[in-house]
Formats: sequence, C-alpha cells, structure tokens
Amino acid sequence: MLFEIENISYSRSGKLALHDLSARLPVGASSVVGPSGSGKSTLLRLLNRLADPDAGRVVYEGVDVRERDPLELRREVSLVPQLPALIDGTVHDNVAYGPRLVGHSFDARSCLELAGLDPAFEERDAAKLSVGEQQRVMLARALALDPRVLLLDEPTSALDRVARDAVETTLQGLRARTAISTVVVTHDMDQARRLADYVVRIDGGTVEAQGAADEMLGDETEPVIAAAEDAS
Amino acid sequence: MIVAASSIHVTLGEVAAALALVAIAAIASRAWHADLEEDIGIAVVRSLIQLTAIGYVITLIFDEDSALLVLALITVMVVFGAFTARHRASQVPNAFWPLFVSLAVAAAATLGLVIALGIFPATPRYLVPVGGMVIGNSMTSAAVALNRLGEDVHEQARKIEATLALGATSSQAVTPLVRRSLRSGMITLVDSTKTTGLIFFPGTMVGMLLAGADPTDAVRLQLILLYVLLGAVSIAALMAITLARRNFFTPAHQLREPPVP
Repeated sequence: MLFEIENISYSRSGKLALHDLSARLPVGASSVVGPSGSGKSTLLRLLNRLADPDAGRVVYEGVDVRERDPLELRREVSLVPQLPALIDGTVHDNVAYGPRLVGHSFDARSCLELAGLDPAFEERDAAKLSVGEQQRVMLARALALDPRVLLLDEPTSALDRVARDAVETTLQGLRARTAISTVVVTHDMDQARRLADYVVRIDGGTVEAQGAADEMLGDETEPVIAAAEDAS
Repeated sequence: MIVAASSIHVTLGEVAAALALVAIAAIASRAWHADLEEDIGIAVVRSLIQLTAIGYVITLIFDEDSALLVLALITVMVVFGAFTARHRASQVPNAFWPLFVSLAVAAAATLGLVIALGIFPATPRYLVPVGGMVIGNSMTSAAVALNRLGEDVHEQARKIEATLALGATSSQAVTPLVRRSLRSGMITLVDSTKTTGLIFFPGTMVGMLLAGADPTDAVRLQLILLYVLLGAVSIAALMAITLARRNFFTPAHQLREPPVP
C-alpha cells in the first residue's frame, strides 16, 4: 500500500476540514474525488507534510510521514498545486529550482517533454505563458525532482477543454512511460475514471466510499458532479 | 572627533512662542475639516511631557556619569521601540522578540563600533543621544521591513507553499521576499542620505548650527551620524527579517497560515 490514512482530523481557522477520515491509496494511479469544499485538497497536503493532521496519522510505505524528513519526503512525494505558482524567471529556472536545492542533476528538456511541453519553451519567460502552459511547467518542475509519487490538485480546473484534454493526455502518458504513482484530486468523476484505477470519494471531510475505479464510478457519477456544481 | 561644546540658553517663553506655528496647523486642520486638531493637541502635550521628562533623565545621567544608567536608558528605549514596532508589523507572528533582539544588536553593534573606532568617547554625553537616534531609526526600519514581509508572505502564500512542495526550506521559500523587505526597510534612510544638504538639512546639523558650532564641525558630525545610522538600520532590518521569517513556519517547514485551498 502506498498511503494508509488512519483516522485523521484536521482543523483550519477553527473549522473542521477533515473528520476521522480513513482511506487507502495503492501504488499506481489513484484519485480523490468530491465536491468543492469537501476537504480533498486539504487531504492531499497532508500526504507530503505541507500540513500535519491534528489527530490520526498518514503512513507512507509503512512509515508514519512525521517520522520522515519533510524536505526529503516532498522531493519524493511531489505536489503540483491547483493554480500555477511559478518563480520569476524562465521556464528553465523553474524546472531547475528543485534539483538545484539539493545539487541533483536533471534534464530540463526531457522533463518538459514528459509534461507535454516543447523543449523550445525552456528559455521562455514563465510569466508570459498561458495558464495551461504554466500548469505544465509546474508538472515539469515536479518531474525534475524524479519523484516516486505525484500529487496533483485539480490539475485541469483552471484550463479550457482543449488544454484540459492535453494535460490529461500528458498524465496518461506519464502512467504509460514512468513508474510514478499519481494521486489526482478532482471534482470531476469522469476525469477520475480517465486518470485513476482506484478512487476515494469524500464529502464533508470524511470518506463516503473507496474502491476500484471500475466499481466506484458506475451510476454514481452524476450526484457527485451535481454536488460540485452546487458548491462552486 | 570631539566637537567643542557650545551651549545656548532657551527660555520657556521662547518655547511657548513656537506654539504659534502649532496654532497655524490647528487652524488649517479646522478650516479644511482634516479633523486633526485633537491629535495636534495631544501631540503637543505628549511631546512637552515626554521631552521634559527625558531631559531630566538625561541631566541625571550626565551628572552621575554612570555607564549603568546609560545601559538602563538604552534598554528601556529598546523595549519600548520593540513594543511600538510590533504594532506596525501586525501580520508577523510573535514579532516582539525579533524586533527586541534586532534593536538591541543594532544599538550594541553601532555604539560599540563608534567607540572602538575612536569616533566618539564612551561617555554619556555621546552615548545617550547617539543611542537614541540609532534605536529610533532602527525601530522604523525594522518595523517597515517586517510590515512588508508580513504583507508579502500573506499575499504570496500560494507561491511559497508551491516552493516548499519542491523541497525548499522555509528560509529558501521566502528568500525573494527578504530582498524586497530589506529594501523597504532601508530605502527611506538611503534616499534621505542621498538628498541631505540639497533638499533638507538634517536635525543634528541644524541643532549644532543653532547652538553656535562651526559649520564644518556640524557637517562632519552629521556625516558621521548618517553613516552610523545607515549601518544601524541595515543591521536592524536584516536581523529582524532573519529572525521573524521563521515565525511564519512550523519546524517542519509548513506555513502556519496556509493558503485557502
């Protein structure tokens, strides 16, 4: 098992975001689905210790994440946030940022390629790219760390349909070409079906159901989408 | 360098006459409904009480010629400076201690250096006024720098967390903000130093000229103080930022106030 999430609770500004939540995420492609405000992005941040739960624990490959060095863990379990947040400079500067922190070698062009960007983007000003392109630079700079797990928070929520399809194709390509496990947070059940083999469905900060994507995403697609639309 | 002491006698009547200018300020405020009359009144009364009180304290310290009393006065100024600056840096968690340490180090380092370099003798007559200037300017500089840092961390929480997610330490994640905050804290004094003598005459020089000192001595003393202050504000701003930036994060390099998901 990649992650075992055991009875975690997490409050933010006095409001309970996750409540006694338990779930499992196997090696491979997983997805956490649920409507906006259900706590799925919060859950993702607990997996690589961008935050720690108030109660319960997150176990990664058999070890409580709080026993791991948080910086090493984040390089191994890399999170791509929902909205692009690039540093000032070129695309290369962004892709190089993580590896340079620890003196690791990296191949910027192959990272860009894996992320679905033409290597010619390398010297372009990151601030002048479209949101879709920036999102893929975010993915490329996470890949430059050579992670074992990628945590993707609503990777296409800020994109139009064409850009969304391109990013999904990129993620499907990653599945085929690398051994990287992925955890995709999304409010879109159809996207979960396309990108994941295992699905955890949460609402109100707790798990409603979890299991193989084939079993989970049958007739229950519509209610979740409706809930997401209501919340947004 | 020791400037020969010149002294002038200022009567209370002359001080009272200067209040005529305050009356102009109050009339202007009333005429334009700036609603500052009460504040002007409070400022006049407070300045009268505070400066008179510190005048007696300084007289006592000069008369006693005691290093311990100088140290006690500077300590009180550092504590009050840190309390005052803390309110201006309200977005920085637990800002008091970084401010206290930065003001104390700036005061100790600059006063220690000017004594060690033989610029001023280690007597209360020099240490008290120079210490007051150093701490006052350092307080403003550190407060501005921390205020800017707090605003930037708040506004750029997403970018900071995205950097942490790449394995950056909390220090590395806020490095771009540190540059801007340091600049904010120092730029006012740097700019005023650039324009001194052209656009305005600084206070020490004016005071010495009024007291009858030779203009060359007044200028040289003013230059020394400007250079001392540049050193002091850079120490205070940099130290305050360096110490305070940790307060935004947990020991596990997590933002204490993460961006809203």
